[in-house]
Amino acid sequence: MLAARTAIRVLGLALFVAVVVVVPSRISEFRASEFALIGIFFIAILGLNILTGYTGVISLGHGAFMAVGAYTTAILMLGRPGLEAGGLSPPDWLPVGDGMKDVYTIPIAALVAALAGALFGLPALRLSGPYLALATFGVAVATPSVIRKFDSVTGGSGGLNLFDSPNLTGAIFNAVHVPGGRTLTFNDWLYYLTWTIALALFVVAWLIHHSRLGRALRAIRDDEIAAVASGVGLAWHKTLAFSLSALYAGVAGSLLAMSAFSVQPGAFPVDRSIALLVGLAVGGLGSLVPLVAGAVFLVFLPQWAQDLSQAPGVPAVIYGAVLIGLMIVLPTGVGGLLRRVLGPLTSRLYPRSQ
Amino acid sequence: MADFLQQVVSGLASGGVYALLALALVLIYRSTGVVNFAQGEMAMFSTFVCWELIDRGLPYWVAFFATLAISFAGGVLIERLVVHAVSRAAAITVVTVTIGLLIMLNGAAAWIWKGEQRTLENPFGTRTFDVGGVVVAVQDLGILVVSLALVAALWVLFQRTRLGLALRASALNPESSRLHGIRVSWMLALGWGLAAVLGAVAGMLVAPTQGSFDQNLMLPVLIFAFAAAVLGGLDSPLGAVVGGLAVGVILNLVGAYIDFFADLRLPAALLVILAILLLRPHGLFGRAAVRRV
Repeated sequence: MLAARTAIRVLGLALFVAVVVVVPSRISEFRASEFALIGIFFIAILGLNILTGYTGVISLGHGAFMAVGAYTTAILMLGRPGLEAGGLSPPDWLPVGDGMKDVYTIPIAALVAALAGALFGLPALRLSGPYLALATFGVAVATPSVIRKFDSVTGGSGGLNLFDSPNLTGAIFNAVHVPGGRTLTFNDWLYYLTWTIALALFVVAWLIHHSRLGRALRAIRDDEIAAVASGVGLAWHKTLAFSLSALYAGVAGSLLAMSAFSVQPGAFPVDRSIALLVGLAVGGLGSLVPLVAGAVFLVFLPQWAQDLSQAPGVPAVIYGAVLIGLMIVLPTGVGGLLRRVLGPLTSRLYPRSQ
Repeated sequence: MADFLQQVVSGLASGGVYALLALALVLIYRSTGVVNFAQGEMAMFSTFVCWELIDRGLPYWVAFFATLAISFAGGVLIERLVVHAVSRAAAITVVTVTIGLLIMLNGAAAWIWKGEQRTLENPFGTRTFDVGGVVVAVQDLGILVVSLALVAALWVLFQRTRLGLALRASALNPESSRLHGIRVSWMLALGWGLAAVLGAVAGMLVAPTQGSFDQNLMLPVLIFAFAAAVLGGLDSPLGAVVGGLAVGVILNLVGAYIDFFADLRLPAALLVILAILLLRPHGLFGRAAVRRV
């Protein structure tokens, strides 16, 4: 029975990988950058899911962790020479390096964001439910003005421009040489990079879900007191969930900086944090694969609304109405729908255990 | 000292508006357990309705009270048509619906009123008077008095009337309230209607202080109202008012006296609130939920 289930999972994953690999040859260059953006949001939503879906902590501040990742990448790519060439004066004690290849900055951005997540998670342990949600909201609100304040290294309102940086792979000549003698356009390269990382992080999220850690987090979500009574360390697990979740957001932010060739405080408004929560609600809390639907929603729905009407305000009305309608029809998101539809099918293949 | 008092007084004035909107948030939170992200946009929409009525020739106070009635109906309608449909869903679903309402109302206002800057009459005039070197504007005093009067009215409604008792009972225990013949779902709709009225007052009071306004009038106010509600305790109406006034004063003092924070007023105020929350995780006046395990 277990073998059947594993076989289905492996088959599903293989199909997913196959689709991801084939897509760029079927779509235009511009679409590839949009699909890369979907991958970026998918990563961020996967991370938010670890905190909100597994642990039951609603965060309205994940845009802030994306900003941490994005700025870490941008600052490291430019390095001290790049920042000073841009007229900035980073403080001497700050280890900004001498410029680093974009891909290598991703793990560092992830770690810095994870650290920020842990630092925020610690005081947040005192708070619960809506108080915590609104505290994270406060972080999201404060982010742009904090970035502007430290303009000696963040470039203030203008942000940092990466387009001219020699460390940005392939943007200037729009060609990336990959092993095997092939060349990719910049957008295709970004697409493959994003989705490779997204798949890796997806597998990690799946492993967390099915591990001791995942069970502990869900126990906290379902009943904190019962979880503690069963020996789950609340402080450690909540901080870890915050940290892991921020790590995902940091990776997403790092990739976002590369895809936009720049970082600005204006790219991380409150809306960004709220959008991630919307994406998670649309994808389905606690789901994994269906979260892609949430990312697709975030990237494409505003565009569809724009295509329907250009009149001021009308796209927002359409967006809001679709979102409300979707939540009324699918209160558990696309993931909940899939569970309802596929549940009876798969239960014939193997008995339900969970 | 006079300067310090001046900062406090002008902080109290802006705090009065935060208090009103925070009160509306608390009202909905108490009855439904939901933080209503659309509260600010509902208030903004009401403000536009008032502007429209005046523009069509109604006298200010007629338009004012007509707007309150329309807002009440609108709040009830939103609960019946939209929020009620997800009342059994998870918190994140309901929050997402209120976010959808926020986006939709903001867009609708931009669509109907063309996104142009409008001005709303100031009912209190522009006179100021001097109290021992501190300048007090009649307008600020008016906002404060209206806010406090509304809190008192709400207190009477909730604590001294049968309707208020039914409202509190439905929030506390819907099942047994239903058994006692209270129409619980209508009580929730009534809560939304009342919250919409409070928001409408906040919007109509804050719009004249801004000079002119458009559909983004209430977004910043909503953020401070959140802070105020959290600071005071999400389930405490008195807390919302104290929280609102405190947020107004903290914002002003931090901005005026700590140079480093001069252009970081907002983050600094949020930091102060977070610090207070760490000492009192359920706000100044909120009650910690006691659960039986």
